[in-house]
Parts: sequence; structure tokens; C-alpha cells
Amino acid sequence: MIEIEHVRKSFGQLEVLKGIDLTVSKGEVVTIIGGSGSGKSTLLTCINGLEPIDSGRILIDGTEVHAKSTDLNKLRRKVGIVFQQWNAFPHLTVLENVTLAPRKVLGMSRAQAEEIAVRQLTHVGLGDKLKTYPGRLSGGQQQRMAIARALAMSPEYMLFDEVTSALDPQLVGEVLDTLKMLAQEGMTMILVTHEMAFARDVSDRVAFFHQGVMAEIGPPQQIFGDPQHPETRKFLSSTRQ
Amino acid sequence: MFDTALTTADFVFLAKGAGMTIVVTIISVIAGTILGIVFGVIRYQLGAIWAAPLIFVLDIFRSIPLLIQLVLANAFLGTILRLNMSGFTVACIVLSMYTAAYCAEIVRGGIEAVPVTTRRAARSLGMSWGQDMREIVLPLATRVALPSWIGLALGVMKDSALVYVVQVTELLRSTQILITRLQEPLLLLMICGAFYFVISFPLARFGGYLEKRWSND
Repeated sequence: MIEIEHVRKSFGQLEVLKGIDLTVSKGEVVTIIGGSGSGKSTLLTCINGLEPIDSGRILIDGTEVHAKSTDLNKLRRKVGIVFQQWNAFPHLTVLENVTLAPRKVLGMSRAQAEEIAVRQLTHVGLGDKLKTYPGRLSGGQQQRMAIARALAMSPEYMLFDEVTSALDPQLVGEVLDTLKMLAQEGMTMILVTHEMAFARDVSDRVAFFHQGVMAEIGPPQQIFGDPQHPETRKFLSSTRQ
Repeated sequence: MFDTALTTADFVFLAKGAGMTIVVTIISVIAGTILGIVFGVIRYQLGAIWAAPLIFVLDIFRSIPLLIQLVLANAFLGTILRLNMSGFTVACIVLSMYTAAYCAEIVRGGIEAVPVTTRRAARSLGMSWGQDMREIVLPLATRVALPSWIGLALGVMKDSALVYVVQVTELLRSTQILITRLQEPLLLLMICGAFYFVISFPLARFGGYLEKRWSND
């Protein structure tokens, strides 16, 4: 379970998170929508401790992420994250990209790590690209590799930060299909996305962020069918155009 | 003894000088590179303000002509500290620091060229700072820094000609000794230049080979 309690976060003078409360249970798929600068991506990087927070707290299975005593490197094995920019390791082959962390962080043997990596890469449809360098892959393929790389650590939670935003339109579908598959398999996920149809499709709950505040949260039928907050209505009508 | 023609012994003498050039260069480049990596990482981690004392010291080694550094270091270590070091040791120390000062900047530039987002991805997979440095930053920064580093190593090799001021007889000094006896400056300098070329060429080619190999990924 991920528990986010009254989290505040500023970058200099600009307060990007103004007291966020959100609890995500095991197996739940929560998508976060909202305009740019609403703080949704920042929240994800705070959840796995890549960014410090100013006040409040975030608990992952009861462990406080930003407590001094918390071993972040250990905690991050539980929480995978995939970014908008896929961030392949360009000097490693696709297979090596995926086996690196299991070998170095989990201490797996090469054979063991490769077995898992091949399984994950096949799962995301890259089983035939093992020896290829990321530079020769399309954006969509690199993003799917990044997903496989995160999954190879067998995380219990996955965070997706606008993973289709930097892709060419014709490559968005293949990545969304991969995400859908994960959701159907029961992975606990928090996704920040601009793909409204996708959010409606896969989410258990949809949260609408506006200027650092979670203005509204509810089942997709409610958020997309009968939004309560005026800003949600405004945002949704602007994305429909 | 007072032969005025070029003999085999003279070639052996030049080869010994070349050997000294190679030894001084290898020691200084290895020690200077190790120090340079340490300084460069410290410089990067601390940022410009906290690393200011280090930057200042490195700037001294980069901006004062090597010839002056050698003479001053020799006087300081020998006369003032009375360390009784050989000229060879002094030469290696000064050249190592000189190399380290340049190498630190090359290393810092290499580290800065690795995108922060790539490093974040590594950390988000649970890798520690050290693992990120070894597995991601080091290989990627090396690719960026290699051409400059090869240039530095070749430069140090040629600059090592100046260590004659601390009584080390390397290639150029050997050549000058022969010139004094044989009075054939052009021929001898051509031979000397050929020696330098033979030393440099493999290193330059090796750098080219690595660059080509790494460009595949």
C-alpha cells in the first residue's frame, strides 16, 4: 500500500505540491491527469525518493520514504518507475540494460538475470532485440525496454510518468498496450498520463490535479462522465477539442 | 670516442633517451590520470564553490609553464625540504600533477556529459551512487573524454622533453648531446622527431580504434 499524507513540496518560491493525500491499495490502478505544472510528475518522483519533500510523509508498506533511516536503494527495488524520456543505457545492449540492476543490486548470477530479462523482454515484445543497442531501437521500443528493465526487479509497485508523451503518435499504441497488459495482470500502478481514453479504460480511480492540489478523485465513470469540480470540467472539455 | 659520424652506439644512446621519455610519460600519465579522476570526481561532487581551493591549486599547475614548475619544484623539494630526490622522481611528480590538473577538467566534463535523467534511471532501479558511477557514468564519460585524454597523453609525452632541466636525459636531451658532438642538427632532429612519432603513433591509433568500436552502440 502506498500512503501519501499531506505532502508539500516547493521548488524555490514555487509550491508544486500543496498538501496531497492519496492512498493506493495493492492491485489498484490509479491514473493522475491534469494540466502541465499541476505537480503530478513531481509527486511520482517523490514517491520513490528521487525528490525530497518539504512536509507530510509518504509510506510504502509502512516504510517512510523520506525518513533518514530508510535505505532508499532497498526501497526502490519495490517501486519501479518509468519516465517520459526512456533513459536507456546507451553503452549496453537491450539484454544488458535489463540484467544490470538484477545483477548489481539483487546480486543475481548472469544466467539467472538473463532468464528473467528474456522473459520480461519477450513479455513486452522485444524478445528478438536482445543483442541490439538501444540507439537502433525506435522510441516505442526503447520505452518498452525501459518498462521491462523496471519489471526485471520484480517491483510490487510501478510508477509511470507520462511514458507516451515523448513518442511519435504511431508508437503510442504499442506502449499503452503494454501498460494495459500490466494492469490486467494485477500490477499496482500509478500513472501520470495525457491519454484520456486510456485512463478511462484501465483505471480503478482517476485523480485530477490542479495547481498542486488534488481537486477531485473517483472512478473513471464519475471523473469523465460527471465531474464535480469546475476545473475538472474545464480541463476535460479542453482535452476533448 | 670522438667519432664524427653517426654510429650504432649513437642510435642505442638515442633509443635509451626514447626509453626514458616513454618511462617518464607512462608513469606520469598513469599517476596523473588516477589523480585526475579523483580530483575530477571531487570537483564535480562539490561544485564550483566548495571545490574552490582544489580548483585554485589545479589552476596553478595548468597556468605556470612546465619548465618553471620543474625548476621550482626541484629547488623546493631538494634545497628547502632536503628530500634528496633524484631528478627522475621530481620529473615524475611534477609531470603527474601537471597531467592531473588537465585530466581533472576532462573528467569533470565527461561526467557532466552523462545526462542526469540517465543517472536517475539507474538510481531508480535501486543502484547506489557507487554502482551508478561505475556502471553508467564511468563508461559513458570515458567515451566522451577519450579524445581529449589521448590529446593530453600525447601532449605530456612531448612536454616531457622539458625534464632535462632536472638532469633527466630523455630523448630530446640525448639528441642535443649528439648534436653537440656531431654538428649535424637537422639530421639528428629528424631522427629525434621520427622517434617521437613512433612513440605517439600507436597511442593515437589505439584511441581511434576505441572511438570506432564504441561508435557502434
